[in-house]
Amino acid sequence: MDYLISVTTIAGIHIIMALSFYIPFITGQVSLAQAGFMAIGAYGSAVCTAKWGVPYVPAVLFGGVLAGLVGFILGLPALRIKGIYLLLLTLGFGEIVRVIFMNLDYVGAAAGFPSIPYQKYTGLYAYAVVVALIIFFSRLRKSRMGRALQAVGDDETAAEIVGVNITSAKLMAFSVGAFIAGIGGGILAHYQEYIEPLMFGVMHSVEFLVFTIFGGIQIFWGPVFGAFVLTLIPEFFRAIQNWRMELFGLLLIVMMIIRPQGVIGLDTIQAIKKLLKIA
Amino acid sequence: MIIQQLLNGLMLGSTYSLVAIGYTLIFGVLRVLHFAHGEVLMAGSFMGIFIILWTGLPLYITLPLTMVATGVLGLIVEFLAIRPLRKDFHLAPLLSTIGVTIIIQNLAVKLFGGYGTKFPEAIKIADFSVGPYLISSAKILIVGISLFLMVVLYFVIAKTKVGRAMRAVAESHLTAGFLGVNVDRVVLITFGIASALAGAAGVMVGISFHAVSPFIGLTFALKGLVVMLLGGLGNVGGAMIGGLILGLAEVISIVLLPTEINLQDIFSFGIMILILIFKPTGLFGSRISQG
Repeated sequence: MDYLISVTTIAGIHIIMALSFYIPFITGQVSLAQAGFMAIGAYGSAVCTAKWGVPYVPAVLFGGVLAGLVGFILGLPALRIKGIYLLLLTLGFGEIVRVIFMNLDYVGAAAGFPSIPYQKYTGLYAYAVVVALIIFFSRLRKSRMGRALQAVGDDETAAEIVGVNITSAKLMAFSVGAFIAGIGGGILAHYQEYIEPLMFGVMHSVEFLVFTIFGGIQIFWGPVFGAFVLTLIPEFFRAIQNWRMELFGLLLIVMMIIRPQGVIGLDTIQAIKKLLKIA
Repeated sequence: MIIQQLLNGLMLGSTYSLVAIGYTLIFGVLRVLHFAHGEVLMAGSFMGIFIILWTGLPLYITLPLTMVATGVLGLIVEFLAIRPLRKDFHLAPLLSTIGVTIIIQNLAVKLFGGYGTKFPEAIKIADFSVGPYLISSAKILIVGISLFLMVVLYFVIAKTKVGRAMRAVAESHLTAGFLGVNVDRVVLITFGIASALAGAAGVMVGISFHAVSPFIGLTFALKGLVVMLLGGLGNVGGAMIGGLILGLAEVISIVLLPTEINLQDIFSFGIMILILIFKPTGLFGSRISQG
């Protein structure tokens, strides 16, 4: 039971991270900096609780705001570039953040940051954030801002012609994504009680990207589904435990060949709605 | 002292160049970031080890054999993970090559263990001294072989029919196809060449660091990306020179900057970010109009 709870909690944190990747993604910005923002949130909040005695909730929020601010600053140069250039910019940024924490003695450098106060109700907090994010995203979809973000992602020029402020839309999406990632990092730090720079490497950013694209990119349920399923499934296949990573890689390739839009698409949502109506 | 450091920089840089050339070739013809390129290098390192250990062949046979083997690996990757993809989703190749990365890396951990494997002594030439300094002949040889491979590649691209087809495909798939170029085959050949160079780089890395682990791929992949950008996307000559510049710059930064902090990586990624912000076309101009 304990094991199940811990896996589910991690899945919740992964959902938060996948959604943090998804919001800039709506505007066409593919960010490999999310693990870096997560690190900023984790270290920021851990310093608050472990060194300054700040309570849990404000500390995690502080971590999120800190990551959001850094995201805003990185979002500025990110406005000018696209495609592979943006991918490389965010990748480089993520690595720099990691190397900085690796050398920062105040937070334990390479040895890691120990004895962060443990939050017993991490699972509850994580899923509270997930629910809040789901409400946020479903309202965003129908709002003016959400449609503007979608329009920027579909075609920047067309969006600009109909009067969308591309700069603010992209910058907002990027900083909000960083903020959410920071929150995820704060929650993770107080669950693990110990953080080290290795926990926030490039491969983790890639992992969040994989969650999102595997789950589906047309609607926010995709990243939610992808993060949840890809975290839980491997845990239950004890029989193929030894080969699960290889199978995972194979699954990714096959998935991109037969259904590149991800498992959950708009058609899936339609089908589910129809089913619910019949039932 | 300074000569030895320069040599170290050139050695490091020439392996970066070989990796970056592969990236830039593939990006040039396909506009795809081949995420598993670093793993091909890692696979090359291990192939080199086992060819030397099992057959005891000398380096000048081992190296071409490894290049052929990783070249074939590249062809397989292209055939299974790139070719079947539909062209309308630009992130699909990134994701499928991430899948390839995961597969190759985990297989390597199973086969060779998660720790480093010692690279056998491949070059048995005594070091020589210039004045009071001892110069490693292995390092000279590595730099020499890398430069030789680059010159050969440059000749292939500039003068041969295959090279002309590659340049045409990089310009436009549609037009090249109209003009009778077999685009699919050119893409396949490009993957083969790029992977063969990565395999060569893998052997060089093994020789110069004396040990190989299944996790070296990512490090060199990231450095290769920095160099690709430094030289300009799709610019093969730029990638060659860019690699040497980064290698030298890293070594110089180690010598000049305080040693207690590990600035080497910040340094190269810092360069990358500055280039992205101020001059996204790289130092020597990009051959591609949009990324």
